[in-house]
Amino acid sequence: MINGAQAMVECLKKEGVSVMFGYPGAVICPFYDAVYEDGSISHVLVRQEQNAGHEASGYARISGKVGVCVVTSGPGATNLITAIATAYLDSVPIVAITGQVRRDQLGKDVFQEVDITGSVEPFVKHSYLIKDANEIPRIFKEAFHIASTGRPGPVLIDVPMDVQLDELDNFEYPEKVNIIGYKPSTKGNPLQVKKALSVIEGAKKPVICIGGGIINAKACDELRAFAEKTGIPVVSTMMGLSAMPSNHDSFIGMIGMHGTPAANKAVSNADTVIIIGARVGDRAVKSPQAVFEGAKIVHIDVDPAEIGKNVKVFVPIVGDAKIILSEISDKCDYVCPDEWKEEVKEYKREYKRNLESRADIEGFVNPVKFLKALSDKMPEDSVVAADVGQNQIWTCNHFEVKEGRLLNSGGMGTMGYSVGAAIGAKLAKPDVPVVAICGDGSFQMQMMELATLVQHGIDVKIVIMRNKNLGMIREIQKNLYKSRHIASNLDGSPDFVALANAYGIPARSIGSNDEIEGAVNELLAAKGPYLLQCMVSSEQPSL
Amino acid sequence: MMRTISVLVENQPGVLSKVVGLFSRRGFNIDSLAVGTTEDKSISRITIVVNGDSYIIEQVEKQLNKLIPIIKVKTLEEGGYISRTLSLVKVSASAKTRPELMKLAELMGARIVDVSKNSLTLEFADTPERTEVFMSLVRPYGIKETVRTGAIAVESGHTVI
Ligand SMILES: Cc1ncc(C[n+]2csc(CCOP(=O)(O)OP(=O)(O)O)c2C)c(N)n1
Repeated sequence: MINGAQAMVECLKKEGVSVMFGYPGAVICPFYDAVYEDGSISHVLVRQEQNAGHEASGYARISGKVGVCVVTSGPGATNLITAIATAYLDSVPIVAITGQVRRDQLGKDVFQEVDITGSVEPFVKHSYLIKDANEIPRIFKEAFHIASTGRPGPVLIDVPMDVQLDELDNFEYPEKVNIIGYKPSTKGNPLQVKKALSVIEGAKKPVICIGGGIINAKACDELRAFAEKTGIPVVSTMMGLSAMPSNHDSFIGMIGMHGTPAANKAVSNADTVIIIGARVGDRAVKSPQAVFEGAKIVHIDVDPAEIGKNVKVFVPIVGDAKIILSEISDKCDYVCPDEWKEEVKEYKREYKRNLESRADIEGFVNPVKFLKALSDKMPEDSVVAADVGQNQIWTCNHFEVKEGRLLNSGGMGTMGYSVGAAIGAKLAKPDVPVVAICGDGSFQMQMMELATLVQHGIDVKIVIMRNKNLGMIREIQKNLYKSRHIASNLDGSPDFVALANAYGIPARSIGSNDEIEGAVNELLAAKGPYLLQCMVSSEQPSL
Repeated sequence: MMRTISVLVENQPGVLSKVVGLFSRRGFNIDSLAVGTTEDKSISRITIVVNGDSYIIEQVEKQLNKLIPIIKVKTLEEGGYISRTLSLVKVSASAKTRPELMKLAELMGARIVDVSKNSLTLEFADTPERTEVFMSLVRPYGIKETVRTGAIAVESGHTVI
């Protein structure tokens, strides 16, 4: 005989879960007790529940498996909400387990009761409130399946305390799921694939525009093969970054409001755009109708609702990017015209020249140079998690990813994302260096996680681009509000080096470009966590 | 443009709130909505009348399809279905107007389901368009209360969703 809590642990083991991120409370204690008794799943104790969600998400993105986080009812669950929404908007497969008050107390507004399944409804892929312990195996099986298939996303399972304590009649983990209304399509419609091929054949100025869907579909190799075979230039949304090495000959850069002029120019001058695994959100293409004017659009996405939502599409293909890309690649003899390839490469060279001709701001670290040095020195398969703000724009445009991965909160732009994502990434791939890059504002939204690093011996390096301001907000105020700076100055912030030291974490601060090389060496050589503060000018522009 | 969408859903708690939440969140306009079980007790059918252009209708269909408990979504072909709403209308009726109202009911195919000293309650089940006609005919007598269901619809001929 096993009880609900023990059954939950068994389900997690059946799903191959070896680590989870969480924070306990009274109503989830039966589950924690079962984890203790079992002893095979390790648990990372965060310092605030939001981080548990970001950690599960970073873990999921790097491991390719479902990330798991666990919190208690009421405030534990509501603290997790931001991370769930973040994972939803970036299509990350996580399963969030929340404790809930006893069944007979549901709906009575008892201590620490909130309707969490109701609260997260708009930004979960699905959710469950378990009313019968015998439902645990089926629901866990479905939750992991739903989270990880089709367009991935978060699934929440709310488990009342007495369900965790109830005995099951018998425990049997289902082999298969059977959800009548959920059968994501994988293979593209052959007719549409054919149509896409003929559009590509007729292109004079084609561009491939990739999004996070390429990474989710594990289609990076297929993408590279297709781009190399055809020579078609590739641009990326923020979420697609690192699907292709940024120094690849065909790769032009990030598009959108915070992208490079080269990539944006390539898209607006293209006559054919092949969008793969990107939803063409407003930050990627502000006014699609104008940008894509006159261009033929082929849109490949696993989520049919994304096709035609933001852009008028000429050829829609619903399905798995990996399967469709390799099919198109196989059947395609197209070679991109040299003049266009050259034209686009010149956009990129022009951008590089402009960047290099820009003067450094005296007495500060130039983040562009720092990020170049960091990418040059880090092993090729390293993982970098960016935060939100100017630090993120610098990282996206200037950290040269090779075989590694760049993690971003693209859809939500959630400040306080990077350290959590980096922790999850490190646990997923302990052998590669992992660096979180944040601003001094965003760092202060997550600095409690320094304790998590120390407690669990997690080797994550943190770089803070310190400009003493909410840099991106200050920049908006400067450009759009006549420099009427309000609520963007971070006076009162602590000495981050002393703070790190207080946790026993070695740290250093640099204030000039001459120190970059030494500091990067020191950061990479450090055993265990390390914090590096780069003093950056508040006048340093995002782009 | 008004379109009628038929939706088959798994009959589980919270499904209706998911559907309704999706409409309000994405700014789709519901004109009417009706829910009931089907032959199979585990499946319910929701009929939604939506006001929107073809872009909106396509998005409604696709977004509904993303909800896990939703089994099937179909926008019914213009002119290819039979649709009904049920109305209960309480109308003022005096000794003088009662016979007129009874005549009118007979003419329109409404049933008289309740009678009191100064009112009559009529039951009318017909297409939304005919219902409008019916209402305009009884209105001059003084409507005290109207209760009306959302439209339900079934495709004509042998097609089923
Ligand atoms: C949780 C959250 N709150 C507010 C914002 C709005 N916001 C976007 S960028 C930014 C400034 C970030 O400042 P900092 O972390 O210091 O980075 P910098 O821009 O200076 O590099 C703010 C407040 C946000 N994205 N997320």
